[in-house]
Amino acid sequence: MKKLVIYLVCEPGTPELAQAAVEGGADIIELGIPFSDPLAEGPTIRLASERALSRGMRTAECLQVIADVRSRVDVPLVPMTYAAILEAWGYDRFVADAQAAGATSSIIVDLPVEEHQEVKRIQLVAPTSTDARIEICSANTDGWLYLVSLTGTTGARSEVSPALAGLVDRVRAKTEKPLYAGFGISTPEHAATVARLADGVVVGSRAVQVAEDGPDALRDYVRSLRTAIDAAS
Amino acid sequence: MTTQTFGVYGGRYVPETLIPALDELTAGWEEAKNDPAFHAELRDLLTNYAGRPTPLTRVERFAPDRRMYLKREDLMHTGAHKINNALGQVVLARRLGKKRIVAETGAGQHGVATATVCARFGLECIVYMGSEDMRRQKPNVERMNLLGAEVRPVEIGTKTLKEATSEAIRDWITNVETTHYLIGSCVGPAPYPELVRDLQRVIGDEAREQILQREGVLPEAVVACVGGGSNAIGMFYGFVEDADVRLVGVEAAGAASLGSGRTGVLHGARSSILADTDGQIADAHSISAGLDYPGVGPEHAALRDSGRAVYLPCTDEEALDAFHRLARTEGIIPALESSHALARALDLDAELIVVCLSGRGDKDLAEVLARR
Repeated sequence: MKKLVIYLVCEPGTPELAQAAVEGGADIIELGIPFSDPLAEGPTIRLASERALSRGMRTAECLQVIADVRSRVDVPLVPMTYAAILEAWGYDRFVADAQAAGATSSIIVDLPVEEHQEVKRIQLVAPTSTDARIEICSANTDGWLYLVSLTGTTGARSEVSPALAGLVDRVRAKTEKPLYAGFGISTPEHAATVARLADGVVVGSRAVQVAEDGPDALRDYVRSLRTAIDAAS
Repeated sequence: MTTQTFGVYGGRYVPETLIPALDELTAGWEEAKNDPAFHAELRDLLTNYAGRPTPLTRVERFAPDRRMYLKREDLMHTGAHKINNALGQVVLARRLGKKRIVAETGAGQHGVATATVCARFGLECIVYMGSEDMRRQKPNVERMNLLGAEVRPVEIGTKTLKEATSEAIRDWITNVETTHYLIGSCVGPAPYPELVRDLQRVIGDEAREQILQREGVLPEAVVACVGGGSNAIGMFYGFVEDADVRLVGVEAAGAASLGSGRTGVLHGARSSILADTDGQIADAHSISAGLDYPGVGPEHAALRDSGRAVYLPCTDEEALDAFHRLARTEGIIPALESSHALARALDLDAELIVVCLSGRGDKDLAEVLARR
């Protein structure tokens, strides 16, 4: 069965949203710890991060949100953030505190695979990655590998990136690990297309947008993705 | 394994999408550095297009109680030291086959230099600029447009250099296969801080030769303003091996990343950053758009830690006083950025000083007149 990963920004209301996403069929929840200058993010997640920061969602508050989500759902929870946050909090301390809060692994968007290998994390590969880097990232990834489906920042696009199929082929030749693809995937049709290529589908910006309409809207949206993925795979 | 370049500072804290491009740039720069044809092409452009070498001017009326010299980067084509770097990077980008250039700009000087060089070589040029800086530096926006560049306003956050840099990097992430990111200072992921330093050290190398010719001795101190720190690192590198020459960087008091910052990560590098205890980047404040940046080049952080260079703050008011004083006493209108260095040089405990006059102040007239 293909996996569905839903990204949400840590906010006081996130535990309820995460529960709704799991009820809708999400297999994994990524929990964004907002950073003021997130280089990989398009407008949707950037603005959501700004809002969360303006409401005081700093690292300690976000770790508490992860713990609160953990008390509601059983699926893996993956904190997703930037190196600046770990620099300030302490790399080892972050690993310990995230684990204590109930997190499974982490994604540090701008921490190259060579750095801080003590932080077990899901590595990302992109269409620009060389075969040599795909090998290093695959060997070091914690669990699954995150395929950045396009050359660009996060955010909804009209179509699934034409670069994804080629990327899947190149990565598949190097590793047996599960490949979940994200960036630019927003509709059930996109999700179905990606599910035919990869082992999992990651939806971020669109989920963050829908979450603004509350848990019921998010549950319905996630269910529509789930249905499309299951029909395709 | 680590990719940090300057002690504990530097590195490549960027999304994986950019790592291959940084590898390519590193290899391209290594090759160019060792290629006499690269240096010949750049030397010819710097001399016959941009106006090197620049003079070293004694300022007796500005500083009557000491021997102060200004390294006149304000006399370069486009009015600042920025073109040293822009020319070098465009020659390199052409070697790498890139046809599209993106840049960020604060005061607009780097944007104008980039737009100029792109016009010279027929390259597409996109410049990201905070909308607050576009207001403060309107003449430079008009110059970039005239030169055929597209200036894209950045409306997020403080609408200044920090956000413009983030947007330029996001553009680069999106268009990395066709595009060279022409960063304007010695900041960003490796190899940029080294690359920009190597292209700016012509300032210090020339100044060292000139002061020896004029005075027969090395200066007691060299002084330069520090925003990202490219004119300062270029100036310092001419003298860094001369242990008796003090290296003095001057930061805007409201943007003193070295004086009041903490170790953190911004725009791809680990450096000294204005940030809160959670690593969230703080806002900088300076009358000078070019210094209004919460980060600084990682090599400056290393020079500070080793004690080889010192970094002093300067308030907006002190910089403005020095701006007016240089105009009235010497007939030279300095950039507000450089005015910070001038102000600290006046009260420095040293008899023979070389100050980097990194740019001219025409762009700042509206901002200065509004303050009267």
